[in-house]
Amino acid sequence: MAAKQVIDARGTFCPGPLMELIAAIKLAGVGDEIEVLSTDQGSAADIPEWIRKVGHDLITTSSESGVWHVVVRKAK
Amino acid sequence: MSSPKISILVVSGSSERLQMAAMVASVGAVSGTEVKVLLSMNALQYFLKSDTSQPAPEGEFGRVMAGKKVPPFKQLLQHAVDLGDAKIHPCSMAMDVLGVKPEDLESFLAAPLGLTRFLTDGASGQLLTF
Repeated sequence: MAAKQVIDARGTFCPGPLMELIAAIKLAGVGDEIEVLSTDQGSAADIPEWIRKVGHDLITTSSESGVWHVVVRKAK
Repeated sequence: MSSPKISILVVSGSSERLQMAAMVASVGAVSGTEVKVLLSMNALQYFLKSDTSQPAPEGEFGRVMAGKKVPPFKQLLQHAVDLGDAKIHPCSMAMDVLGVKPEDLESFLAAPLGLTRFLTDGASGQLLTF
């Protein structure tokens, strides 16, 4: 069964949230979902770009009260 | 098809340039780019195990950045190695000038490299200097 986890990267600047996501993806299984919380606007744009580039699945991107929520599924 | 390649030459000891070099190296390496970094001149001292100093800012941005939760440049370079398989080399000439041995340097650095080999290896890719 696919796992879900949340990475709280609020308060850190680019590329900190991306690096935290990548470290988690390395350890995750294929099909697992990871949600990154970030207050860094640059990361909110950069993380989806990275996901597309390397071929994982971007599930959702949303913003709530200044916090970006980016959900990714490990595809390979 | 071979991976794109970036060679990053770091000679500055300013916090802004070290940070930007580390950002390019880490993001490039985790995005499928073959990254090779050569640390030389004023940059190398910050990679001595015995060095605990912080690089000085060269401008206002660096002063502001020092008060923010920005990932440390050495941590980013280590991520580049651990997560993206980047190679971070100390410059053999700079080591000779400073009297530094490989064991004096951070353990995530690769073997010392000369400029000729660095330029030869990077000839088919981009070369960025900080």
